[in-house]
Parts: sequence; C-alpha cells; structure tokens
Amino acid sequence: MQEAINIFIRSIFIENMIFAYFLGMCTFLAISKNVKTAVGLGIAVIFLLTITVPLNYLLENYLLKPGALQWLGDGFKDVDLSMLTLLVFIAVLASVTQILALLIEKYSPSLYATLGIFLPLLAVNCAIFGGSLFMQQKEFPNIGYATIYGFGSGVGWFLAIIGLAAIREKLEYSDIPKPLRGLGITFIITALMGIAFMSFSGIKL
Amino acid sequence: MSQLLSDKTRAILLGPLNRKNPILVQVLGVCSTLAVTTKLEASIMMGVCVTIVVAFANLFLSLLRNLIPDKIRIIVQMVIAAALVTLVSELLKAYAFDVNKQLSVFISLILTNCILMGRLEAFALGNGPVSSFLDGLGNGLGYAVVLFIVGFIRELLGSGTILEFEITPQSFYNMGYMDNGFMILPPMALIVVAVLIWIQRFRNKDLQES
Repeated sequence: MQEAINIFIRSIFIENMIFAYFLGMCTFLAISKNVKTAVGLGIAVIFLLTITVPLNYLLENYLLKPGALQWLGDGFKDVDLSMLTLLVFIAVLASVTQILALLIEKYSPSLYATLGIFLPLLAVNCAIFGGSLFMQQKEFPNIGYATIYGFGSGVGWFLAIIGLAAIREKLEYSDIPKPLRGLGITFIITALMGIAFMSFSGIKL
Repeated sequence: MSQLLSDKTRAILLGPLNRKNPILVQVLGVCSTLAVTTKLEASIMMGVCVTIVVAFANLFLSLLRNLIPDKIRIIVQMVIAAALVTLVSELLKAYAFDVNKQLSVFISLILTNCILMGRLEAFALGNGPVSSFLDGLGNGLGYAVVLFIVGFIRELLGSGTILEFEITPQSFYNMGYMDNGFMILPPMALIVVAVLIWIQRFRNKDLQES
C-alpha cells in the first residue's frame, strides 16, 4: 500500500511529465488559454494515460517481452517480440485516442471544437507515449502499480496545465511588451515553472 | 523565382519559414526542439530527417485521402508515419552509421513529433498531392531553421563550441569566463525560443496577440 502511494506521489511531483521531462509540450502550450478548456484537456489526458498504461502493461508482459508467450505452452518460451514494442504501443494509443475523440465529439461538441487539431494529436502526445515507455522501463511487479503510475502521471499533467492556464488568465491584466504577449510569455513562464520544479528532483521516496 | 512558382504555391512552400512557422506560430514540435538542440550537429540532422519524413508522409496520405474512412484516420496516419520513420532510420543505419548511432532515439521520436501528425491532419487530408508535398517540405524547413538557430545559440553559450570546434578563445577562460551550464538544460531552450518569438512578432505586427 505504501509503495502504491509512493508511486502515485512520485509520478505527480518528482517525475512530472511536463516539468521534469518536458514531454507533451505542444498541446500544453497551445491549449492553455483558459482554465475551462485546460480542465477538459487535462481530464482527457488522465483518461488516456489511465487506460493505455495498463493496456500496454498487459501487452508488454503477455505478448512482447522475451519469454512472455510462455502461457501458450513451452514451445513459445524463446519467442522474443520486443522489436514490435513501438508499433504495438502506438497502435494502442491511436485507437484509444480515436475512441476518445468520437466520445468527446458526441458529448461535448464545444470542447471538440476548441481542442481542434490537438485532439487527434493526443495520439502522438509525447507525454502519453512516454507514460507507456517509462512504464516499460520501470518494470512494475503488477498491473495495479502500472495503473496507479498512469493515473498519477495524468494527474501531474492535469495540475501543470491548470496551473499554467490560471497564470495565463491572470496575465490578461498585466502590461507585457506587445510582441511577447500570448505565446512568447507562455514559453517563458513554462521555463520558470520548470526551473522551480527542478527542486523536486533528487527527492527519494 | 517569382515567375517560377505561382503565388499560391509560394505561400504554401515559403509561408512556414516565417509567418506560419510550425514552432514559432503553430506551436508544433516543441518537445523535440527542447530535446535535440543542445548540440548543433544533432539539430541539423534532426531538421533534415523531419523535413524528409513530413514531406513524404504528406504526399502519401494525400494520395490515399479519399480512400480512408474518417473514423479510423488516426491509425492510418500513424501507420504511414511509422513506416516512413522506420525507412529513414534504416537508411541512416546503412549510409550514415555514425550519425545514426548519435541520433538513434531521436529518429524514432520523429514519430511522436507533432509537426508530422499536425500537418497530416490539418493539410494533407484536404489537399492534393503536389501542394501537400510542398506544404510538408516548407514546414520541415521552417522547423529546421528554428532548430538550427536554437542549436547554434545553445551550443555556443553552453559548451563554447560550434559543430564541436572550439569557438570561445582560451584567453576568455583564462580571464574567468565560464560556459553557461544552464544553457544545456531544457528550460533555457524554452527561453531561447521565447526570444525568437519575440523578435519575429516584433517584425510581423499582424502576428501579435492582443
């Protein structure tokens, strides 16, 4: 239980996808103009990570890893499909994203319109792809931990984008040099937030 | 040049270099900009590879665009992209092994580069093969230009070298000058890009946000 909580806290703060690894920046920078849209996108990312990480965990352990096919019988003990990892992971991400896109289009057309091109882009969002790759690297002992890790990474991303969106809403009232307004200042704020988050690095749980 | 290409073609090909720049204006492909630009050589190679992949992915998707059902288009796009990325990586392995060893991870990262999916989704799905190819070429070059500038600044200030040649004279170091290790960290890439955006929007007033 304690281990599970550690994984959760670590994936939110110390290994934050945005500020520690700088993954998933495109969507993060482009869709953070107001908190409402940011919440929608953040929930979509949590959903995607919580679904794809355990799915890919199962595929990794029962299909792709060297010796993973042993459950089929002793003849498959030496089969190594790990070269297919990228392709399988991407296919899972793309299909889950496509389903999510269809759901959002049906139930919240306004959110669908705001996200625009960045919704299909979630399929290649480095944060989501990175979630699966880090999961593979960390070699979790069971699917529960993998799910917690995916959920925690999603929450970390969610908090980061809401923080940035809130700051950007406040910035409406400040006097920024004209060419720097909008995108430029957002880059600088993200850099400063990233530098602040570096203070979490090195903390061991 | 102006007679060679019609106005529309010119806009498609040259627009992304400045006013529709993928990184500075469309905010696509930022992750890889942060990751590969610590050294200039890697930045250049990455720019070239992305240009090739985006141009041909655009071309192939545009040829197939009327055959693909809308509901599974993301998967089809990913397959086209993955095939091209694998091809480029195999070619590099065969003809430029040293570069490939240096860039191996980043090459497969082209697959998760937003520019690729972004242009497929935004342009190639609705336009003919020729203009799609030019659009991919233009956007790849626009990306490469920004990568080149950021890589140049970061390598010069972060390591004091350009393409591994010592640029900062030894006398500077003797006087107490130190390379800025901070330039190597990802947050500084964000700030360099922010300054580029600042300069670009200062020159193109219509891009400024209110």
